[in-house]
Amino acid sequence: MARRTLRGLALGYLLALLVLPVGMVFARAFADGLGPVWAALSRPETLHALWLTLAIAAVAVPANTVFGVLCALALVRHDFPGKSIVNAMVDVPFTISPVVVGLALILVYGQDGWVGSWLAQRGIQVIFALPGMILATIFISIPFVVREVAPVLREIGTEQEQAASTLGASGLQTFWQVTLPSIRWGVVYGVVLTTARALGEFGTVAVVSGKIAGRTETLTVLVEDRFQAFDLAGAYTASLLLALLALATLFLMNVLTAREEA
Amino acid sequence: MGWGVATIYLSLMVLVPLAAVVARASAGGLGAFRAALGSPEVIATLALTFGAAFAVVAVNAATGTLIAWVLVRDRFPGQRLVNAVIDLPFALPTIVAGLTLLALYGPKGPLGINVAYSRAGVLLALLFVTLPFVVRSVQPVLLELDRDMEQAAASLGASHGLIFRAIILPNLLPAILSGAALAFARAIGEFGSVVLLSGNIPFQTEVASVHIYGQIESGDTTGAAVVSVLLLALSLAVLLALNALQRWGRRYDG
Repeated sequence: MARRTLRGLALGYLLALLVLPVGMVFARAFADGLGPVWAALSRPETLHALWLTLAIAAVAVPANTVFGVLCALALVRHDFPGKSIVNAMVDVPFTISPVVVGLALILVYGQDGWVGSWLAQRGIQVIFALPGMILATIFISIPFVVREVAPVLREIGTEQEQAASTLGASGLQTFWQVTLPSIRWGVVYGVVLTTARALGEFGTVAVVSGKIAGRTETLTVLVEDRFQAFDLAGAYTASLLLALLALATLFLMNVLTAREEA
Repeated sequence: MGWGVATIYLSLMVLVPLAAVVARASAGGLGAFRAALGSPEVIATLALTFGAAFAVVAVNAATGTLIAWVLVRDRFPGQRLVNAVIDLPFALPTIVAGLTLLALYGPKGPLGINVAYSRAGVLLALLFVTLPFVVRSVQPVLLELDRDMEQAAASLGASHGLIFRAIILPNLLPAILSGAALAFARAIGEFGSVVLLSGNIPFQTEVASVHIYGQIESGDTTGAAVVSVLLLALSLAVLLALNALQRWGRRYDG
């Protein structure tokens, strides 16, 4: 009996807080049928926002994947000066407010920033432009690959790598043929999380993008812009795209976890 | 070689920008720092942010432990799906979360509950985004927990309540606190989900990150930097606390 009560409480809480709200995105987006969704989807602003969101992720995710694997290798396999600081710094993006990240980038790359005017003289604009949005997205999605790969590296140990190098394999050969194949699912899981975060980031991008309609609006920024402009069909259509990406992420996470357990 | 590249990348991407925030906040000296933190609007903002964060963490400690318990110890159809749904707040963009909570629990919501533009709205948004932390931190510990102790206690006549308080809870406490610390850090910095739902009314529903955002928009980057430094210091404190908690959680491990 007590078990049933607890189950009911837990499921009721999840229903009210998670399931109903997310169902609401779909209900509201299709409230007036497919017409408004299709109309909003085919507007140039929506298509540009979708393209921009994917373009930013296309730079940020590979950059953080390469860094993530390197950093995890460094943290697990090597001792170096400042290791504990690096280890702590990796987690900073998890616990920091996205608005603070945006401000930090403005203070470095903005008009009165540390390197902003130097860059501006050379015709490079970072803030209110694509480079700033990429830097912002890289910042907030740094930890995922590191934190997924590091425990796998610790688990597999160094025996196989040592065997490979005894047999004459170079460092790079060992990495590509021994280490990488053993950590690949950790890397993939980290990439899924990084991609989800990169596609869905709002606060940091809202600060550094300047929210210029049709130019620096990503999908998440478009959601807010359409909502503030009382274009609810537009807001829900962009939300629908993002919610579908979120559900795809959840699905991939579960497939990968199931594979890990198998 | 690799560690050098990793350190440089991390320094350029994370450390240098954060140093710029600290530099801007301290540019005016201690007096300017205290003046910026002492303004009534900032005090009200910080009071709301921390009050809401503590409230949300307290709720999460209870509901997160409950959900983890139901996922590990209970068996029911659809359990795998429920387990997958827990991560939804991690996957769903915060602005979408805000919009959808507003649609359901806002002025035109179908349930007749309206928390929009109120402190209850702030709490609701924070409860949504912080839900997975305690669940995902407690779940693995509960899975590993040896049930012999509980069975021994039950055979000696202990009630369910006593077994929970005397055996399960002490074992879960480090995990509950770790999850709570992460949820707290997330709650004090949250922006996207709150911005639509809270209405951002100064002295009433304006949280710290929304306040910082407003200051950036109006060109007061120094004021924004001062409040940011406070949030930064708290993030670092949470990370340090987590480190200590991890060591405490492993205190009986070989």
